[in-house]
Amino acid sequence: MGFRGRDVISILDFTREDLEELFGLADYFLSNKRSYKLLEDYVVALAFFEPSTRTRLSFETAAKLLGAKVIGFTSEEGTSLAKGETFADTIRMLDGYADLIVVRHKNEGAALYAAEIAEHPVINAGDGKQHHPTQAMLDLFTIWKLFNRVDGLVYAVVGDLRYGRAASSFIYGLTLFEPEKVYLVSPPLLRARPEVVRVLEEKGVKYEEKRSVEEVISEIDVMYVTRVQKERFPDPLEYERVKGSYRITLKLLEKAKDHMKILHPLPRVDEIDPEVDSTRHAAYFTQARFGVPVRMALLSLIVGVKP
Amino acid sequence: MSPERASLTVSKIRDGTVIDHIPAGKALTVLRILSITGKEGLRTAVLMNVESRKLGRKDIIKIENRELSSKEVNAIALVAPTATINIIRNYVVHKKLRVEVPENIVGILRCPNPTCITNRPREPVTPRFKVTSKSPLVLQCVYCGTIIREDEIEKLLTA
Ligand SMILES: [Zn+2]
Repeated sequence: MGFRGRDVISILDFTREDLEELFGLADYFLSNKRSYKLLEDYVVALAFFEPSTRTRLSFETAAKLLGAKVIGFTSEEGTSLAKGETFADTIRMLDGYADLIVVRHKNEGAALYAAEIAEHPVINAGDGKQHHPTQAMLDLFTIWKLFNRVDGLVYAVVGDLRYGRAASSFIYGLTLFEPEKVYLVSPPLLRARPEVVRVLEEKGVKYEEKRSVEEVISEIDVMYVTRVQKERFPDPLEYERVKGSYRITLKLLEKAKDHMKILHPLPRVDEIDPEVDSTRHAAYFTQARFGVPVRMALLSLIVGVKP
Repeated sequence: MSPERASLTVSKIRDGTVIDHIPAGKALTVLRILSITGKEGLRTAVLMNVESRKLGRKDIIKIENRELSSKEVNAIALVAPTATINIIRNYVVHKKLRVEVPENIVGILRCPNPTCITNRPREPVTPRFKVTSKSPLVLQCVYCGTIIREDEIEKLLTA
């Protein structure tokens, strides 16, 4: 289907072929790191209704390296939204100024709603707990770079699978490929939502829900770790009881396959022990660096220009 | 008492609508969907838990001088998928409608997810749902992806 002129709301809007095209171009930008004039005449709006550092800076860097002008804001404070303007009206304003709108919002469905209002393409940079397609793109690109494939590997997605949009999007992204198996590792309270599990079933992906990483550590090729937040637990004692099962330590990694790689959308708090950073398993800093080339590739493909 | 005799206890209407084969106990929900409270002054008969050959028990509603829009018919399908609708003109059945669950539902329901964009106060966005299964009825919010099962639908009606 291609990318040109399209909205990017969910990773499920794309095919494997689309993603492979994206990876190819991201790889080009990765090895040809310089500034371009491809988007010289374009204005990219970064509408971050919810605060963000990593995703916003990565989009901003990507847009600027392509030569685009960047406008935007980073929280509702100080915008007319804080004065009671509707989200719809703010999007209409940005649509009048920009050629492409990147939206992050705390409500699920905000990006789709923005896309229905705006005439220009909208990229979802995170809507509530639902989607974070560009994160999934860079996560899958990382695996593609590290293993030369996404197919045939055993994955464990670990942590908050219920409220974490990066985890949900990563799971959705895997369903576009042919993983050998996907383990969903979470406390019972934070299991993947029914609509996420349903996609795994519809696409015939072999998956299994587990309660601790320990149970699957020796089997997996990729571990995708996300944060388990204390605030999610109505009972703090329950959090204290389970948190150890989701902490990645050197001791746990003794049982891992040599080539096993750990990914994390970052920022992390204490779910990965800092001692793990210097092991051959740690891939999360590499992954974070891929954010810019992947977003450069996405912006170029949507606008329809190639280097 | 046969179903025919049960229905005879209410006189025939001249012009209006007869909604028959409503699952027993759902008549008041159907009235709610139609925004009929009794204050409109429409002559309305509600029969509840009458015998039915097809359903065992059923409810029937007769409303004089009121025909239904297709949006109302679709909404009835969500809570009373077995219902049949007869439009009566001059004492005879002018048109028979069978309710059918549509592919998409626009409005009518609110999304149960409090952080869905459709529940944002003052935001002019209409909830929209995709029907992912008709029997049992399963809906999915187009905006936030939340899955809604048949037994949750009634409490989400906004009508
Ligand atoms: Zn919703």
